[in-house]
Formats: sequence, C-alpha cells, structure tokens
Amino acid sequence: MKARYLLPVTVFLVIVAVFGLVLYQINQGRNIREVPSPLIGRAVPQFELPLLLEPEQTFSSEQLKGRVSLVNIWASWCVSCRYEHDLLVQMSRDTDISIIGINYKDERADALKWLRDTGNPYEASIFDYDGRAAIDWGAYGTPETFVVDQQGVIRYKHTGPITEEKLRDEIMPLINKLREAGDTA
Amino acid sequence: MRMVLVFILLFLVTARVAGEMTLSNPEDEQRFNDLSKVLRCMVCQNQSIADSNAELARDFRDQVKEQINEGQSDAEIIDYMVERYGHYILYRPPFNMATAILWTGPFILVVVGFVMVVRTMRRQEQSQAGTNTRQQARLRELLEKSADFDDKGG
Repeated sequence: MKARYLLPVTVFLVIVAVFGLVLYQINQGRNIREVPSPLIGRAVPQFELPLLLEPEQTFSSEQLKGRVSLVNIWASWCVSCRYEHDLLVQMSRDTDISIIGINYKDERADALKWLRDTGNPYEASIFDYDGRAAIDWGAYGTPETFVVDQQGVIRYKHTGPITEEKLRDEIMPLINKLREAGDTA
Repeated sequence: MRMVLVFILLFLVTARVAGEMTLSNPEDEQRFNDLSKVLRCMVCQNQSIADSNAELARDFRDQVKEQINEGQSDAEIIDYMVERYGHYILYRPPFNMATAILWTGPFILVVVGFVMVVRTMRRQEQSQAGTNTRQQARLRELLEKSADFDDKGG
C-alpha cells in the first residue's frame, strides 16, 4: 500500500472501531443517555418532606443515616417504574435492606392506589408533590435508584428501571460491601 | 366573603395548572431568558429548557425563576444546577481536560485539513512539472528519431 493512503485509511479504521465499540455496548445494554451524576460520593441533599402514607409525619435527610439504604424515585404515572416494581417488592421480602421511596410529582390518591394494587416495598415513601426534592437529587428520568451509605453519602446511582442483573451484579455487592465496612468501622 | 374564597381557590387552581412563576421586572425576565437558553433539558437532551415543553424543563424554569426572585446571581444559579446534574446540563460547557477535545477539535480539524490541501496541491504541481519534463524529453527523442529517418529516407 502506498504511504499516502496510510493516514486516511488508519483514521477511517479508527472511526469504524469507535462506532463498532459503542454499538456493541448498546447491544449489551449500555444506556447512552445515562449521564454520570456529580452527586456520587457526596452527602444526600437536605430535605424534610411529608410521608405519603402518613401525611402528618415528615421524613428528613437525617433519617437516612445509620444504615445502608436504597432510595428509589417513583411515580404511579411512570410506566417504566412498573418494570422494576416486582423486583423491589421481592427485595423487600427477601432482604432487610431499607428501601426508601421518593414519590415524584404524583397525586396522593393515585400513589396510594398503586401501592395497594402492586405491593408496597418501601419502608417509607416521601411525598415530593412539586418535584423539587427530586431536582436536588439530580433526577431527570424516573425511576432512579440510589444507594446511600451509613453516613448518608450517595454511593451509586442508576437511571431507569433496575434489572435483575443490575441488582445481582452491582447493587447487592455494593450494599454488602458497605455493610461490612460499616460493621468493622 | 364567599366570593373572595372562591377567587382565592380559583387563583390557586390556575396557578397550579399554569405552574409558571412570575418575575417582577424586565431585567429579571432578560436574565431568565438568557439562563434558560444555556441550561439543557435533561429529558430531551437536545433542547434547552427554554425550548422544551417537557415537565422537567418546566420545573427547571420555575426553579430558575425562584432563584432569581431570591436574588441569586447567574453564577449561583448555574452552580446550583451543575452541582446536581453535572456539566452536562450546560449548553456551553466549560473548558477543562475533559472538554478540551470538544473545544479545540474543530480548529485542529481545520488546520489539519488546510495542511493536507496544501500538501496535495504541492504534490500535484510537482508531478505535473515532472510529467512535463518527461514528456518534453520523449518528444525531443521522437523528433530526433524522425529527423534521422528523414535524413536516411530523403
């Protein structure tokens, strides 16, 4: 091959390789819309909001401290929340991990009906009627799931419905690791 | 008294439906317009919050208006959003290590393209010049040959 073709052909092959790699990752289930959250490694945003089931009581960010918890932003109108709901219900039955819900821009009656109909995996659901708390959590696509450690620091975020694989390969190992670290500390 | 209550209720209802906060003066409006053009709607991703009708974009706009009304500066409002959503939320990303290629890429491409055009043109000129001398040599050769032939035949 002539030397003058070397550069253009190399550039072309590199571009093809990059496209191929990204397509392969999408095929393997990578969500290219997912934006890395700057909140990972930082303390949870401050909030104090009423509970969905007990409107006269409030729940504050301080109450997330002291144990590892899974924080899940959900809504009854959110279609993809249905995909992960059974997993959360199963998790609440099979493990002792506290799952805290943030009910996002929902009508109370709709949200209560949804929990009655499909099961309630949440230790507590926070009622975020105007969606302001969710903005503080950097939410942009329900459902969103966070792992919060004993110190109230966000360790993990997943946008979109969690899957069995995500739960098994990423979320559970992280929760177990954080729990062990917390026990020895 | 009843009418007043009805009015208050109606106002609350419309305020909730419209969901848009108000700004008190034209300068604030201008600031709001500028800010909402540089902030990305995270749901639609290729629209600013000024262009988007998505629910989240509306919430972002309310958030920005509220912060303007609280007297926060543009930088404070942008920081607030970046803290939660990362630099991705900015339509005008800052220049740093991660965005260096983004900012300099087009200029590098222009320079590389220019260099390539110049090189190609020079090479063509050279090869053209090369053909000319070769062709002239061949022409001379042929002419000489035919001259010989003429001499011999004539």
